[in-house]
Amino acid sequence: MYHMQTGHAVGFWRKYVFSTDHKVIGLQYMITGLFMAILGGFLAYAFRMQLAYPNEAVPLFGQVGPDVYNAMVTMHGTIMLFWVAQPILVSGFGNYLVPLQLGAEDMCFPRLNMLSYWTFLVSTVLLVASFFVPGGAMGGGWTGYPPLNARMDYTGVDWGGTLWILALALEFAAALMSGINVLSTTLNMRTKGMTLFRMPLFVWMQNAANLIFMFSVGPLIAGALMLLADRTLQTGFFIPAQGGDPLLWQHLFWFFGHPEVYVLLLPALGILTEVIPTFARKPIFGYRMIVYSVVAAGVLSFIVWAHHQFVSGINPQLAVAFSLTTIMISVPFAVIIFSFLATLWRASIEYKVAMLFALGMLAEFLIGGVTGIHLASTSTDIYLHDTYFVVAHFHYTMFPVTFFGMFAGIYYWFPKMFGRKMNEGLGWIHFLVTFVAFNVIFIPLFAFGLAGHQRRIYDPSLWENLVPYQHLHVIATAATIVLLLGQIPFVFNFFWSMKKGRKAERNPWKSNTLEWDTPSPPGHGNFEAAPVVYRWPYEYSAPDREEDYRPQWLAPEAKP
Amino acid sequence: MLQWLPENIASYGAQYDAVFANIYYIVGAWFLAAELFLFFCIFAFGRRKGRKAGYLPGHSWKAMSWVLIPAVVILGFDLAIDHQQVPMWRAIKEKQPPADQTVTVKGKQFVWDITHPGADGKLGTEDDKQTMNQLYVPVDKVIHLNLEAEDVIHSFFIPNLRFKQDVVPGRSIKGWFKAVKTGQYKISCAELCGVGHGNMGGWIHVLSEQDYQKWLRGEEITTSRLDKDSL
Repeated sequence: MYHMQTGHAVGFWRKYVFSTDHKVIGLQYMITGLFMAILGGFLAYAFRMQLAYPNEAVPLFGQVGPDVYNAMVTMHGTIMLFWVAQPILVSGFGNYLVPLQLGAEDMCFPRLNMLSYWTFLVSTVLLVASFFVPGGAMGGGWTGYPPLNARMDYTGVDWGGTLWILALALEFAAALMSGINVLSTTLNMRTKGMTLFRMPLFVWMQNAANLIFMFSVGPLIAGALMLLADRTLQTGFFIPAQGGDPLLWQHLFWFFGHPEVYVLLLPALGILTEVIPTFARKPIFGYRMIVYSVVAAGVLSFIVWAHHQFVSGINPQLAVAFSLTTIMISVPFAVIIFSFLATLWRASIEYKVAMLFALGMLAEFLIGGVTGIHLASTSTDIYLHDTYFVVAHFHYTMFPVTFFGMFAGIYYWFPKMFGRKMNEGLGWIHFLVTFVAFNVIFIPLFAFGLAGHQRRIYDPSLWENLVPYQHLHVIATAATIVLLLGQIPFVFNFFWSMKKGRKAERNPWKSNTLEWDTPSPPGHGNFEAAPVVYRWPYEYSAPDREEDYRPQWLAPEAKP
Repeated sequence: MLQWLPENIASYGAQYDAVFANIYYIVGAWFLAAELFLFFCIFAFGRRKGRKAGYLPGHSWKAMSWVLIPAVVILGFDLAIDHQQVPMWRAIKEKQPPADQTVTVKGKQFVWDITHPGADGKLGTEDDKQTMNQLYVPVDKVIHLNLEAEDVIHSFFIPNLRFKQDVVPGRSIKGWFKAVKTGQYKISCAELCGVGHGNMGGWIHVLSEQDYQKWLRGEEITTSRLDKDSL
């Protein structure tokens, strides 16, 4: 059944553009996501300039009015979550690595996989096009709350909002197709000896993320259809005067929206479960405990959504129940974080750039985690809800996950993807600038939120209670510019190393998982011969072996 | 961090800010402990020649207890936090003390329409006083609010009172507060409500009983430093 790596010649178009190879599709997802990150970052630059220097023309952009401001923050959120984090962390890394780590030659359904990417690309084109239609891009918030977004008159956004809904629907369809592949490949295509509990945790995390996505996205799709009908056919699903209810949308949206946080978090934690043991030269601590924690978190993630709605007008007694579930979801994540900390205990750490970003993600994500408690607590959330405290909180969760997680993954798997190593010196610069600048942006915003700065206002200088703290906006904006400039070494390093980096052998980091048993980069079909798996993937520094790693594919030595 | 909170003029202010501080110190301690441990490991366990990493896969219950026991302790702190904060929530959102006065606040793009009872103390009578963006209340009185919206969702936010409630078209949501200090404090809209969201706000004027009576009679209030319709 197993196809050997085939060297048959395929043309450029079949190989790199209309490809069914999971590795090419994974890279297509990642590179599209990286381009969208540039757009999302540019939007952040422009609206942060407006916040720091209200109503002055922004260099490279121009004047930012309130309508443009609303469109920019809406699109920044939409792009960063659904066109950067999701395609890179879930579909990108998932596609590239899951078949390799399982010892499979490709995904279960390669053509479906190609359809997934091309559907995603169409959604990307639609979303970018929405900037250029009359009325501008969607400006009603990335959460799309009605009635604001159920009637065009309320925002003045015309086609932009409709395209936004259509683009999201296509993006979700693409993610579903990609997710079906991950799940069925995991269940059906594992190589000999690869039992479920010998799978790398990255594969567990990818599967959990895709399952959570599949279970949660249905209600949102139903909601999106209703919103589309309200916008275009004048129905009243969310319009009280026609018998509808605006809160219905919030329930449908957050029933998806909160689990989505874990859809993005788990693949990033999955990257950490590979990077940290490799560079700590130590087994991951508590493999099964992590798996069960992920399952527990996945289940709990479906009963926490209403913590986004404590002050929305829901029954206050219901809010108490959701507060309890929300506060409890910290426990499985505490187990996972503590397991990482235990993995570092008595380790032998190599300070490679991939490891720096992995450790950076841990350090930063902790801040995101602990500040969540003030928001999970119903009473303190009354004050903090819809302030900059929330903005800072979710950036402290989503930024480390998306960017630190992604960079850890890119620096780690780059040699596998392109056969060459990235430059470590440039990587250190990239890491240090990113780490420092990120904190300088968002720590002031926690303070600003506590001072009562409400979200999504385009000109803080109109607010007497905020004017004394205006310098916080200036600091955050300056740091945003530094953060963005700090990505230049990465972009240069990425493209330069692809051509000129030091050649990488098969297993440059001396890791244990199966992708390191293939040539760098692996050809079509991945493995030269079907690998056989003999052990779990984290056998580092075993006391009975001189080498400090023992790959999964290495046959046990005969006992004398 | 906590000193960034604006002055608290709500009757439940001290308790409310105490809940804030309590959570802050609990999670702050855990945060510091975790970060210190992380940075200790990063600096103490760097690669050195001749030293091999420990082999600690954490498969046994005994080993896992190093992680599970702290996690259970965290669960305990979580429950303790909720146990302390829920009564505060109930006091604000569920159990309303009897009203001394009721005011209707209606949000619409992009103003707050506010209806005060007149001298008769009742809403829906001829002497009701209508204002735009300006809420006048007597100090030390329990004020009930009927919170409504005309078009889209807004959120009525008074930072100094730690008061926030979304207003939703089609619903009338009850809220209450008692301000214990006179003065003018900011009102804002905390929910994105359209192009004018950044301009939607107002002031709450907490007046002494004499000033409040003066205002009801339409006389000049010398203690108020603000124009009637300023944002």
